[in-house]
Amino acid sequence: MTRSKRRTGRRHPLATAALLALGLVFTGGAYAAFSTTTAQAEPSPTSQETIEEGKKLFQANCATCHGLDAQGTSEGPSLIGVGAASVDFQVGTGRMPMQMQGPQAQVKPPQFTDEQVKQLAYYVGSLGPGPDIPADSLVNGGGDAANGAELFRINCAMCHNVAGAGGALTEGKYAPPLTDVSGVHIYEAMVTGPQNMPVFNDLNITPEDKRDIITYLQYVQDNRSPGGFELGSLGPVAEGLFIWIFGLGAIVAITVWITAKSN
Amino acid sequence: MSTATTQAPQRRSVTGAASNYIDQRTSLSTFVHALGRKAFPDHWSFLLGEIALFSFVVILITGTFLTFFFQASMAEVEYEGSYVPLKGVEMSVAMASTLDISFDIRGGLFVRQMHHWAALLFVAAIGLHMLRVFFTGAFRKPRELNWVIGFVMFILAMGEGFTGYSLPDDLLSGNGLRIIDGMIKGFPLIGTWTSFLLFGGEFPGTAIVGRLYTLHILILPVILLALIAIHLLFVVVHKHTHYAAPGRTQQNAVGPPILPVYAAKAGGFFFIVFGVLALIASLFTINPIWNYGPYDPSPVSAGTQPDWYIGFADGALRLVPPGWEFVLFERTWSLNILVPVVVLGLFILTVLIYPFIEAWVTGDKREHHIADRPRNAPTRTAIGAAGVTFYAVLWAAASSDLIATHFMLTMEGVIHTLQALLILGPIVAYFVTKRVCIALQKKDREIVLHGYESGRIVKLPGGEFIEVHQPLDEYERWRLVSYESYQPLMLRPNDRGKITVGQRLRAGMSRWFFEDRITPVTKGELEASHHTSHH
Repeated sequence: MTRSKRRTGRRHPLATAALLALGLVFTGGAYAAFSTTTAQAEPSPTSQETIEEGKKLFQANCATCHGLDAQGTSEGPSLIGVGAASVDFQVGTGRMPMQMQGPQAQVKPPQFTDEQVKQLAYYVGSLGPGPDIPADSLVNGGGDAANGAELFRINCAMCHNVAGAGGALTEGKYAPPLTDVSGVHIYEAMVTGPQNMPVFNDLNITPEDKRDIITYLQYVQDNRSPGGFELGSLGPVAEGLFIWIFGLGAIVAITVWITAKSN
Repeated sequence: MSTATTQAPQRRSVTGAASNYIDQRTSLSTFVHALGRKAFPDHWSFLLGEIALFSFVVILITGTFLTFFFQASMAEVEYEGSYVPLKGVEMSVAMASTLDISFDIRGGLFVRQMHHWAALLFVAAIGLHMLRVFFTGAFRKPRELNWVIGFVMFILAMGEGFTGYSLPDDLLSGNGLRIIDGMIKGFPLIGTWTSFLLFGGEFPGTAIVGRLYTLHILILPVILLALIAIHLLFVVVHKHTHYAAPGRTQQNAVGPPILPVYAAKAGGFFFIVFGVLALIASLFTINPIWNYGPYDPSPVSAGTQPDWYIGFADGALRLVPPGWEFVLFERTWSLNILVPVVVLGLFILTVLIYPFIEAWVTGDKREHHIADRPRNAPTRTAIGAAGVTFYAVLWAAASSDLIATHFMLTMEGVIHTLQALLILGPIVAYFVTKRVCIALQKKDREIVLHGYESGRIVKLPGGEFIEVHQPLDEYERWRLVSYESYQPLMLRPNDRGKITVGQRLRAGMSRWFFEDRITPVTKGELEASHHTSHH
């Protein structure tokens, strides 16, 4: 801006836009900083206030099935000792509160804000010892993707598919796709074993190995296939349907065109 | 020679001189003259075989490129290429070199994907071509042997595909080989021995990739090339079939000559097929082995499927109900493997010899160069529809898990439905198709006799309402009336005065084929109908 002033004595035509952008960045940045600090400040795992808020939310939204003191009813299991990680996963991915009874709880848009999810999680976590919400250092990648990929193939791929595209289980149950799941939820799923998933405790897969698995899944999420569109990463079935419908379909359409011209 | 010298001063073009030079040394002109004048009937469905031929050419070109870089060895190495999530992982040289082709060799991934897409298209085009030949009866005399050759090529193409699918030694291909190993071991007595012979020891061993490579790039392609040559030679020898139209008979073939029109079209069509495959290969991932990782016998991924053309066999294994095995003579007899293998074997055999079965049933020894409209052979079309349904159910069964997840169904529900469909589907398809064909024939008959309904209602002076029927032009009528109609064979005693079991069977089959039939309109009927309509 200053440079253009010195050269022509007038404002550069883009100066207004630049100023506007700068202003937006500042306000947006300040707002983001403000909102994250407030979010971080509020639910502290130990504060009595958090737990009280969590209890209120629990009694209003979860107690019908899990009981007023999370002791469980005929409709839902006891949550004493499931840990904060379990609640953070189930409520944070929208699986709980459950929309309807079925083979397994389905993913839907979360019903609570991040803050409320944490309050609920710490309340249930305060009821008995259980897996806690993992530290950021374990869920933000940065591990060994190759080790994670190998562990994933051996421990996870038989249900979730090698590319994390998901797969079928018995009686209408299924392993969901992992293409869009956050690191913290993947970690929590491994330690708590939601729905039909087995628990992978820290003796089975160490926290560092879990971090590696998350690193691999994040690599796959962030780096799309070098070969082009993935057709859902579903393997030969999708490829076969594609070649019959679009490949052969296109070429047969061309044969019709080739022979029609001469008639 | 003397004519050449006298003509030379008149036209001294470079091409003329060059072609003279070549012709005097090779006598190529006789060949070009003979072949160039061949007529090739024009119809889109006659180009389906060419799609297969051209994708095979693409496979040869891209495959040759791949052989420069692929190493068919199962020696273990540590991967040091550029794909991060596999760095430092132990794998076979075959897998590592395939990863190098995909990530570190310029254009390698594109060529690899083009090779694989072309392979899928190759088998798909063969399948569609075979359906065309079947439903138009183009396998009848004199083309029965060409049907057999074509079908053998279809089986060989599946073999080519499967061996190629197994070469990279990734998790998916290893799982596929494990299923083959399991099937072989399911055979009583010889199974285990055969498996050890094939794999050079216990599965997976260190020999199989090298052996499959020899099959994939040498033996199978050579046999395929030879069969393609014979197949095309037979097309030239037999002439191409054509659809009924005025001037087209059982003795001729009507269409533009190969040179120049048809050759130009076919040459251009090759580049179109090449271009479509290149476009697909550059836009769509196929067989991402970097996701699958190296083969290790312990992991099996969800959604493990073979390429589409092996799907029907995988589906057959999936549809077997549990518990189909028993122990006898201290051996386990795995009916869960033997039954699907026998059923599929019979299915394949039936398709292979179908031309001979139909020729025996009809007792027709004449040559057929006019292709049937499918409706005019209702029983054959119905048998074909039943076969397609049977195959399609098996094919769908191979993706039962994906059907379950994507349509929110239970796995058990999908399997049980497909089990029922495997038996009921072909029966329903048979009867529905046969009735539809006969109904269409009846409609044709109506149109020939009374013309098209014009939708114009006219009130006659006497107060009667009639709809005006538009008469058919002669060309269209010829298309509708010129087809064969067979009658069930009569059961007659032979010269010893006996009726053999074979004859009874044949008569029974013939009755099954031709009892329900609509005969083409005869000249007499046509004249009679014209006579009445004039009044």
